[in-house]
Amino acid sequence: MSAVLEVRGVVKAFGENVVLRGVDLAVDEHRVVALIGGSGSGKSTLLRCASLLEVVDDGQVLLDGEDITDPRVDADAVRRRLGVVFQAYNLFPHLTVLDNVTLAPVRVHGRSRSEAREEALALLERIGLADKSGEYPDRLSGGQQQRVAIVRALAVRPRVLLLDEITSALDPELVGEVLRLVREVAEQGMTIVMATHEMGFAKQVADTVCFLDQGVVLESGPPAQVLGDPVEPRTRQFLSRIIDAGRL
Amino acid sequence: MVAYLVVTRSPGWPRVQTTFFSLEFGRESFLPILRGLWVNVQVLLIGGVCVVVLGLGLAVLRTLRGPAFAPLRILATAYVDLFRGMPLIITLYLVGFGLPALRLQGIPTSPFVLGTVAIVLTYSAYVAEVFRAGIESVHPSQRAAARSLGLTHRQMMRIVVLPQAVRNVTPALLNDFVALQKDVGLISVLGAVDAVRAAQILVGQSFNFTPYVVAGLLFVLLAVPSARIADAVSARARRRQQSGSTL
Ligand SMILES: Nc1ncnc2c1ncn2[C@@H]1O[C@H](COP(=O)(O)OP(=O)(O)O)[C@@H](O)[C@H]1O
Ligand SMILES: [Mg+2]
Repeated sequence: MSAVLEVRGVVKAFGENVVLRGVDLAVDEHRVVALIGGSGSGKSTLLRCASLLEVVDDGQVLLDGEDITDPRVDADAVRRRLGVVFQAYNLFPHLTVLDNVTLAPVRVHGRSRSEAREEALALLERIGLADKSGEYPDRLSGGQQQRVAIVRALAVRPRVLLLDEITSALDPELVGEVLRLVREVAEQGMTIVMATHEMGFAKQVADTVCFLDQGVVLESGPPAQVLGDPVEPRTRQFLSRIIDAGRL
Repeated sequence: MVAYLVVTRSPGWPRVQTTFFSLEFGRESFLPILRGLWVNVQVLLIGGVCVVVLGLGLAVLRTLRGPAFAPLRILATAYVDLFRGMPLIITLYLVGFGLPALRLQGIPTSPFVLGTVAIVLTYSAYVAEVFRAGIESVHPSQRAAARSLGLTHRQMMRIVVLPQAVRNVTPALLNDFVALQKDVGLISVLGAVDAVRAAQILVGQSFNFTPYVVAGLLFVLLAVPSARIADAVSARARRRQQSGSTL
């Protein structure tokens, strides 16, 4: 099976600060990969490079085998095939929930307004927010906003969903509803890469866990192994800090 | 009240009263000045639309990133620096008297058109800066979200960034509109028969200054509604900010 998304030797620096020093990662279809690592280890940067929001300094990112970091590819066309959800939801505050969700299907994918609307309402129905479709985002709780953001990303039927610590900005009691949705989406076969601090969730849902440290993937494998019995001392160290913080 | 007493008891008051506040002259001058004011209103409306379009365009050019756009960026910056720094009255003279003096084919000679052009040059530079501040006030994460959905740069600007930018700077824009309302009276220096010029003509005929007072009051009346709208919009924007819906 060839990977949907493959990262090969990606290097990324901001000025003097070399954040990624040659990251390799492959995500097969219908698989969930969890990226873990300390804050500042480059998880967001890696996801931003994969979604072409940052330009890599070296290495490649392949989407369905196509090198999307080649400067000749149409970056807008590539981004159309990806779904991204951010830590801070980033819904458009001047558009209603429904318009947030139908924006890309209509303007980018050329679907008809009525078809996009119907599909969006069906998705919102599924997450129990159909009655909020006419509201503006600031009338919704953080958890509701983040679920709308996930639905907005799903509405373009992406090849792969990139989730960047999507529960980190939420109040603890709202985390559950968002993770439940992610689990559902994963069970339906979506290919997912998620940066997360929710180790318990990663253990249950991810097929692979990758530990990012000092600019490389230091250790990766099934969650039981990486989270339960890591080989690398630095992974152990990181996990023990997480356990001390009561998050595993 | 005190000021009123001081003024009305001053030794020169009776004379000032007859030369500046003569009811008779006021009545006579009212209609010609009102007709002149219609010219100002036309300049205001046509100029206002041009200012917004040009200002928005300049602002977008100034916020383009990347070396490929450097020439456009520099040109737009130079334009803004030039017309924001130059006193409006000088721009009016240069455009109003300089352009026709070139005697080029197709250059309009009407003081109405030239005056509007000069005002648009100056005000678009101001308004461009207001719009630019608005564009920069939209959080970069909004751009990231728009791009990640596959929107092109142009779509991102039109659908995501500009609507929020404009909403953020509407109070400032309305203030500029109030200022524009009185500055349209300056086209009179080019000879356009607007309210100010009409008053000037009447003053010249009678040596009574009441027409100036009439014109002034009419300008004030014109400005009051916009000023109140500007207040209301600013108050609403403040409330929105306080309720914390900035995401
Ligand atoms: N746009 C940027 N400009 C400069 N430095 C950045 C930028 N984005 C991230 N960094 C730096 O890159 C490093 C990794 O950040 P990030 O990818 O956000 O880590 P993580 O998501 O794992 O917490 C940090 O040191 C951060 O300061
Ligand atoms: Mg991060």
